[in-house]
Amino acid sequence: MDSFIDVPERLALKGVSRRDFMKFCGMMATVLGLPMSFMPRIAHAIDKRPTVVWLHFAECTGCTESFIRSTYPWAADIILDTIDLAYHETIMAAAGDQAEEILEKTVKDNKGKFICIAEGAIPTKDNGVYGKVHGKTFLEIANHVCKNAMATICVGNCACSGGVQAAKPNPTEAKSVGEAIGIKTVNIEGCPPNADNMVATIVHFLLLGKLPAVDERGRPLFAYGYLIHDNCERRGHFENDEFVKEFGDEGAAKGWCLAKVGCAGPKTYNNCPKIKWNQGTNWPIGAGHPCIGCSEAKFWDEMAPFYVGKI
Amino acid sequence: MARVVVDPIPRIEGHLRIEVEVENGKVKDAWSSGTLFRGLEIILQGRDPRDAHLITQRSCGVCTLVHSMASVRAVEDALKIKIPPNARIVRNLTHAAQNMHDHPVHFYQLCALDWVDVVSALSADPAKTSDLSGAVSGRPGTKKYYEGLKGKLKAFVDSGQLGPFANAYWGHPAYKLPPEANLMAVGHYLDNLRQQVHAAQMTAIWGAKNPHLQGHLPGGVTVTEQLNADFIAKYLFMLKEQVKFIEEVYIPDLLAVASFYKDWAKIGGNKNFLAYGDFPQSDVEPDSFYFPRGVLMNGELKLAKFDAGKITEDVTRAWYEGDKPLHPSVGETKPLSGDKLKGAVPDTQSKDGKYTWLKAPRYDGQPMEVGPLAQCLVSYVGGNKEIKDTVDAVLKKLEVGPEALFSTLGRIAARGIKCLVNAKAAEKWTMDLVENIKKGDTKTFTPYKLDETVNGQGAGLNDVARGSLGHWVNIEKGKIKNYQQVVPSTWNLGPADAKGVKGPIENALIGTPVADPKKPLEVLRTVHSFDPCIACAVHVIDPQTNEVYKFRVS
Repeated sequence: MDSFIDVPERLALKGVSRRDFMKFCGMMATVLGLPMSFMPRIAHAIDKRPTVVWLHFAECTGCTESFIRSTYPWAADIILDTIDLAYHETIMAAAGDQAEEILEKTVKDNKGKFICIAEGAIPTKDNGVYGKVHGKTFLEIANHVCKNAMATICVGNCACSGGVQAAKPNPTEAKSVGEAIGIKTVNIEGCPPNADNMVATIVHFLLLGKLPAVDERGRPLFAYGYLIHDNCERRGHFENDEFVKEFGDEGAAKGWCLAKVGCAGPKTYNNCPKIKWNQGTNWPIGAGHPCIGCSEAKFWDEMAPFYVGKI
Repeated sequence: MARVVVDPIPRIEGHLRIEVEVENGKVKDAWSSGTLFRGLEIILQGRDPRDAHLITQRSCGVCTLVHSMASVRAVEDALKIKIPPNARIVRNLTHAAQNMHDHPVHFYQLCALDWVDVVSALSADPAKTSDLSGAVSGRPGTKKYYEGLKGKLKAFVDSGQLGPFANAYWGHPAYKLPPEANLMAVGHYLDNLRQQVHAAQMTAIWGAKNPHLQGHLPGGVTVTEQLNADFIAKYLFMLKEQVKFIEEVYIPDLLAVASFYKDWAKIGGNKNFLAYGDFPQSDVEPDSFYFPRGVLMNGELKLAKFDAGKITEDVTRAWYEGDKPLHPSVGETKPLSGDKLKGAVPDTQSKDGKYTWLKAPRYDGQPMEVGPLAQCLVSYVGGNKEIKDTVDAVLKKLEVGPEALFSTLGRIAARGIKCLVNAKAAEKWTMDLVENIKKGDTKTFTPYKLDETVNGQGAGLNDVARGSLGHWVNIEKGKIKNYQQVVPSTWNLGPADAKGVKGPIENALIGTPVADPKKPLEVLRTVHSFDPCIACAVHVIDPQTNEVYKFRVS
């Protein structure tokens, strides 16, 4: 595991200079609406809002939807005050040729300086003709845009590991962005990822001056370093052998452990039990539903069937 | 004559390409293409039927939840499971909250920029904007507020980094709102971006999280210990806040904007409408549906009974094998691949050219518009008093007749009307839940057997944010043998059929004025009025789906 390698060193391997990296840090600070005091090491003031290109591939837009559930910073504050979200198909006003023009110009004018956020997997069967925008395959778009970006951040299980369309038998031979075009990406996992994790990951990144330690799949350990099971509010019931044996039984009514009805919490790295969802409103196990392991690669195959005990 | 291709269509879910032929300043012909294929139905085969709702929910993260709901209902139909009343109510409350999230997000975030000129807002007078908002909105802004908003907008534009507002059709002659109305709308665009966070929280109360809820399961809902006063009160008070926003901001804005665009009450209409209906008030379906089920044909306000056996899908113009319109019971459908796919380049020029991943659903051989407009029309004729009263009030306020509903503007207005009526009804449903719990009924789940001896076929028909959504499942030896989704955006955005009859969005686009083919703003208006959701519209039926439409559909 190479998670604690100094980031500039890691990026140097990819031909990115320390100076570029520092600019990237500054960008990320502003991406998340953080005061610059979070960035004591940044030498250069940012006079322009950093440019971000957000691409949609084979996906359901759930990650974008999750992102706009962010509060403090609110999505509007991020989009309008702190970054220059040059391209995002779900939000942007421009259409068709005018939208394509923006993408081309942004990549050309900001080569190596913009951040690419990728949502969705990339079908690769038949040269990727199963997914297109403006007549170009996702494969062509990713090769052009991601490879000209300073860094690509994958959001969601599809971009990070292929997602639902890559589940067996994977009819379109869908792959993660990193695998499809052969680049390393930061992977904010989940189906969708929690908006809070996008923020928390970067805060950690900025304070320590290096990428947060990541696991072998590029997931920040800060958010994905612990098993759901280890922080679960129902862990005590697990230790006491108090299990839901079938939905609707006494154990379900009493909020006992869901491990025997399929919970993937013991195999899944994520911080849902700590931060919960939607401003701390609830989370799957809190609603009496097993964890399905959505921040793990190939969970659609490896955690299924989802309602059959795994221990 | 000019061919205009709009690809990508922004501010929708998914990947959509629209091509129109413009002659004498109007759309003469139109082609709608879904440009992404994912193959979820193939992935579902052989899996545990209980897992289907988790997989199908990933059809769409915008209209999240609804595919989960359709799926659990299909499996319950197949396994003959009756869910407890509390489960039914919790599902209705979650679904209602989803609509309260979805419809305002569509109005403000997805379609408003077709009608609201953000750049024009820069020349608004803040004092007059404050007066205007006082006159139309139940939540007026002060002069100081609008000064601040205008200043913020000006600083944004002066920065030269226009972000999501760059390169749009600002200044287009089809924009008709005065600068003050534009500034007010920009303010409410930002307000709803915040408000939607709370609407999503309402779904998370019962559904764990949003997007992609985890609280449903064939047999009922999983929430048990949280069925308590604390959570119910939380829902109820967030609901009151949401109803207030819909009444004080969304509906007044809708009426204010519509009053400047009444010419759009004559553009973009269809004649056939289908609504599956939804929100069961008991376990008698569909008779107890709050929004009724039915069909309207040929633009007549005459309700016909829905018969699921009349649904067919045509693949003549889609990238699937098969060249005749066939009833699915005898049909065979496979996605093209390799050389046969010819690079999936839309062929809109040849008579039978294939141009989309969407199939063409038909009812009794006819294309049908689905969605809030269809649901409002069917409810209006079908006797939902709240819908009738609200529709009549809106028509009166805008000084137009019922014919105005059959249009792009009618489609957008219907979405707001349905949202308001649905939100108000949810308050009563919440109290129904309270009454049940008071009586000591806390049951939320019906256990059932599911092993290799279990076989069954079922359908789950729902009417959700974007319209009529049907899932069909065939279970053999306890596993999914076949699974099929016929979703709202396939109905609305599907292609022409073998007879050359266009799909609803294509038909609606014909006749749309286009002032400047290089800036087809008017095309976006009609496209967005359907609230397209393309990721879930693209799907495939397996060759063995044979008996799918023989399923019992009550």
